[in-house]
Amino acid sequence: MSELHDFFTPEFMAPMAALGVAAAVTYFWRGLGVAVSGKIDKDSALFRWVTCVAYALLAGLIARMILLPIGPLAELGMGQRAGATIISLAVFFLTRKNLLAGVASGAAALILMAKLGPL
Amino acid sequence: MPSNYPDNFGSIKGAYKQGCKDALAIPALILGFTYMGFGALVSETGLEIWHALISTGINWAVPGQIATMELYAIDASLFAIAAAVALINCRLMPMTIVLMPHIRNKTSPRIAYYFLSNFIAVTGWAAAMKQCPRLPEEQRLPYFAGFTIPLWSVCMLSTWIGFYLPDVLPAEVTMGLVFLNPVYFMLVFLADFSQPGRPIALVLGAILGPLTFLVTPDWSLLITGLFAGTIAFIFSEYFPRNKKI
Repeated sequence: MSELHDFFTPEFMAPMAALGVAAAVTYFWRGLGVAVSGKIDKDSALFRWVTCVAYALLAGLIARMILLPIGPLAELGMGQRAGATIISLAVFFLTRKNLLAGVASGAAALILMAKLGPL
Repeated sequence: MPSNYPDNFGSIKGAYKQGCKDALAIPALILGFTYMGFGALVSETGLEIWHALISTGINWAVPGQIATMELYAIDASLFAIAAAVALINCRLMPMTIVLMPHIRNKTSPRIAYYFLSNFIAVTGWAAAMKQCPRLPEEQRLPYFAGFTIPLWSVCMLSTWIGFYLPDVLPAEVTMGLVFLNPVYFMLVFLADFSQPGRPIALVLGAILGPLTFLVTPDWSLLITGLFAGTIAFIFSEYFPRNKKI
């Protein structure tokens, strides 16, 4: 099997190391959550701080993914990504926070703008 | 048979089935497309199908997976990847702690919880938090497993399909699918905007994330999370939560 040989190239194994590390730290939190569940007061200050940090991280990551993306989205202009985001937000709030409508219209707007250019 | 619970799916088997039914609707639709976008992203990053499947397989939770791929794409060190993913996914610990009392029962072995905690992610967590407290105790873990394992399976399949989409679909459609990821979660967090500290954390994080990324891509998330999170925490502690929006 020549394909098996391809598994041990640096191109294959380097991402695997990254994925393994990511999975390990991710499971660390889940496993720790199970281990200490019932012992941590979810109304404690520590708990609230960690929650704030998690949300700030996610918001930072998401905003960065929209405004300064890596990969295929980077080919688009800031105006197109921001425009699609605004349309998504507008539809989301106009439909009384309908997630499906907001997400679908944002993606559709992005596809249209990518094809036709900015509105 | 306890009768003092609002919902009862009849049996353990019935709870599995109902969980599966609830998952294979809008959650599977949105996450399915999201994971097609993820598969496409992995493909665009220049990695192989196995990388995409292993990521969804053992590291299931969109933001961490995307971060892993994107950090790998910008040649971040293993330590930076570990730190960033650890900080993004640290929310999984409080989520697990909050969910556990709602899915625990007296008969399931501890290993079952350690295994099933792998399937705790925003969508399944929210569904279980809503449904499980309304069920007889022995139906709760089955409902959660019945919901999340099929949902995860859909994500695996979608990852696989999505990986081959960049070759088949116009580039614009792939862009749209990749775009689903950040937009979906942006709206998920906007939909649940009312908890103390959360709006400040989200808004400040959204501002700091891109700004710090311009200065130091490796440490951007760490700085954003600690700085914006701490400010949000201080504000939410300082101003009493006397209003419910």
